[in-house]
Amino acid sequence: MIETPVVEATLHHALAGGGDFADLFVEDRSSTSATYDDGKVEELRSGRSRGAGIRVVKGETTGFAHTTDLTGSGLVAAAEAAAAAARAGGAGTKVAPLSERPTPPRSVVTLPETVPKGHKVEMLARADEAARAASDAVSQVTASYADGRRRILVANSDGVLARDDQVRTRFAVTCVASGDTGLQTGSEAPGRTVGFEFFDDHPPEEIARVAAARAVTKLAARPAPTGKLPVVLRRGAGGVLFHEACGHGLEADLVGRDASVFRGRVGERVARPGVTLVDDGGLARDWGACVIDDEGALAQRNVLIDDGILTDYMWDLLRARRDGRASSGNGRRETYQHLPMVRMTNTYLAPGTEDPDEIIRQTPYGLYCVALGGGQVNTATGDFVFGITEAYMIEDGRLTEPVRGAQLIGNGPDALGAVDAVGTDFETWTGMCGKDGQSVPVSAGQPTLRVAELTVGGTAA
Amino acid sequence: MTATATTELATTAARVAASARDGEQVEAYVIRSRETEIKVFAGDVESLAVAEVAGIGIRIVADGRQGIAYAGSLDGDVIAATLADARDNASYGAIDPAYGLATPGDIDGRRPVPLDLWRDDVLATSTDAKVGLAIAADRAVLEADPRIRGVESTDYGDAALEMAMAASTGVTAEITRTSASVASSAMAGTHDDTQTGFGFDAGRGFGDLDVDHVAAMAAERATRLLGATQPATRRIPVLLDPMVSASVLALVGSALSGEAVLKGRSMFADRVGEEIAATTVTIVDDPTEAAAFGASPVDGEGIPTRPVTLVAEGRLLGFLQNLYTARRAGTDTTGSAVRSYASTPGVGARALHLRAGTRPPEALMASVPEALYVQSVSGLHSGTNPVSGDFSVGAEGLMVRDGQFAEPVRELTVASTLPRMMRDVVEVGADLTWLPGGTAGVTLLVAEMTMAGA
Repeated sequence: MIETPVVEATLHHALAGGGDFADLFVEDRSSTSATYDDGKVEELRSGRSRGAGIRVVKGETTGFAHTTDLTGSGLVAAAEAAAAAARAGGAGTKVAPLSERPTPPRSVVTLPETVPKGHKVEMLARADEAARAASDAVSQVTASYADGRRRILVANSDGVLARDDQVRTRFAVTCVASGDTGLQTGSEAPGRTVGFEFFDDHPPEEIARVAAARAVTKLAARPAPTGKLPVVLRRGAGGVLFHEACGHGLEADLVGRDASVFRGRVGERVARPGVTLVDDGGLARDWGACVIDDEGALAQRNVLIDDGILTDYMWDLLRARRDGRASSGNGRRETYQHLPMVRMTNTYLAPGTEDPDEIIRQTPYGLYCVALGGGQVNTATGDFVFGITEAYMIEDGRLTEPVRGAQLIGNGPDALGAVDAVGTDFETWTGMCGKDGQSVPVSAGQPTLRVAELTVGGTAA
Repeated sequence: MTATATTELATTAARVAASARDGEQVEAYVIRSRETEIKVFAGDVESLAVAEVAGIGIRIVADGRQGIAYAGSLDGDVIAATLADARDNASYGAIDPAYGLATPGDIDGRRPVPLDLWRDDVLATSTDAKVGLAIAADRAVLEADPRIRGVESTDYGDAALEMAMAASTGVTAEITRTSASVASSAMAGTHDDTQTGFGFDAGRGFGDLDVDHVAAMAAERATRLLGATQPATRRIPVLLDPMVSASVLALVGSALSGEAVLKGRSMFADRVGEEIAATTVTIVDDPTEAAAFGASPVDGEGIPTRPVTLVAEGRLLGFLQNLYTARRAGTDTTGSAVRSYASTPGVGARALHLRAGTRPPEALMASVPEALYVQSVSGLHSGTNPVSGDFSVGAEGLMVRDGQFAEPVRELTVASTLPRMMRDVVEVGADLTWLPGGTAGVTLLVAEMTMAGA
């Protein structure tokens, strides 16, 4: 990508006028995406970008500049701009000799760029056919395919030099079903940090049938009730809720800003025994996985809540340096044009001991959520809201009617404290997490579990 | 300096368009943006980024097929590779006779409305002065009220964008546009009762920004929620804050796009000519309104923009269209193609607004004995469905009684359906405000919604 002497020279220039720390992040991305709509290929699109971001830290201030010019002189110019932005002055820190951090080889079986575009399009046609065959009620099908390859190099004045080659593949199907109650939509969109072998585990027909069933089920659904109810979250469905409602509040940058309800609570009980929350960038195939984070730290397994006790936050390099500790491998950035910050990777609640079916049987009345849509949280207050995309009523311990058009609202710490049953099963959800205008791939997982009480905001009168 | 730079982009676009082969249409859409981003925390600069980004999107239409490729670089070899990718991608596309770039015939003699969207002070103001403004805003928020215990962050951002496009059909367009904004999120109260309030100011130029406005807005919105509790579930009249009504209007706008109609994803399809809202509701998209942040003389395909009335006193007149959706629907483009350099043109509003009413928000508040004033909503995209119209969002705000703000409320949802809300609009306020994001906000009184709480 860039020769090591050029990397060294760039870092030297970044700290030549002072400054405590500098790093260089080089990124080369390529992507292909295809959309199938209304029974035909709507769009086949490819993109590429390549550039470098240089950061200079002086005291509490970070200066940042980025460039698409990867020549020695282009990088030096960006390094000088970053140093000027940091208002660096006086004696600088010396750049430590670079030593390359060994990283395991990438386990991708089939690089998507080696797969003919015709094969990618064929996956879309197969999904379209399966979705339409699933039910006569399916009136519209959109399928999309996306692959991306991101090669990165990270080097910093501490002497770190590391590389990663990240390949991701994702496939999404959205169906519209029409019936007496109007139009309803259903989606399914799994993604993994793998190559084209993604389809060995996720045949397009299977994804299409899940999306179609979701749309068709909603046709028969009645408006969801309103009020406080016990809510059982099916495996995988609620991971996003804990990502939003708890995970963000455990990011060290938000904690440092006093914008987290979990500030100052390490060592305290925040959930019942049996509730364990983990963030693990090293789950190799999961959507949020990486070998190194975007600051060169090795991805690792971080236990955030251990059997109900808050044990640690997630850290990027800058916040970790200020606290005199190591990064937890959670420093991520959307592209070379963005500054890194604390981000989740693959976040999950660990499986417990209860039979998932038994959790439903022991719920006299409540809501069973199979899929949630997006959500939002105010980390300073902990208040969250989530859309429900597939849910059923639980009556006398049995699933009865499907319901639609509802939001779950609550408070993160309260909801976590109210988890009173944790199942033995497990599944993950794939998504893009937005924070401060940057979007990164993440996964969120959880076993079937019950929250004793959440507010359901339905549309039923 | 500006003119020269834009000419350079126009030359690049023209050169790519000129490479069209026989029977092939080629379009190049080239952008360059110079940006400053400053984050202030605890009274000091946390980060400062100064950047220039550039990119090109190349669209090919050949033999009734379309393909696109894009690159975040304007280097000659990258552009050549991108053009080759676009050609290759087109060969896999489905044949559709409605594909095709804009031609002089599509413009039909219409001239772009001249709009002055550039302020020199965005590039001319020193970085130090921008840092000074951001720090001043942060301090002003903290000092605005003794109950403000901290500022989550204060962000300054500006951009000077230049765009040039050229199509081998002979259509060309150029746009230059600046913007600047400063925003702050205040935290009020104790750790046991924290409330946050967002304040911002935005404009075309650096000189448009008013720090005191940001501080007053953030402080008021945070402090008036202190002590908020969860209200009891009931049906109640609802007042939407201008920032909330703008978000709801954007959702309605997505269902008024010809693309949504074409794809069977609009609740308004087949309803042209019908009453879809109360007579208080007139919805217009006017990209030629210079005060709108999304103002633009031309659309993403080089077609001159114009005011488009979508709903007139409750009656649906039509939809926004780009060239492709118009050809499919057998109508004309409304100059509503929106795009980034990395995408094919979609359809969208740039300056969507409700026609303002005549009375101030206070009069709307006083017109009902009790109402819920919704200050902000969350989960708007997960909780609403522009296809089915279902609407259920998290909210916080204040109760209104006898025309006055009463106790604050939180951890609640408000629900209805979009079609029902549009029929339930009792009155539109006179306080129309343009907001970043292509819409204007205005205080809105909705007859009844379900408020779900305890």
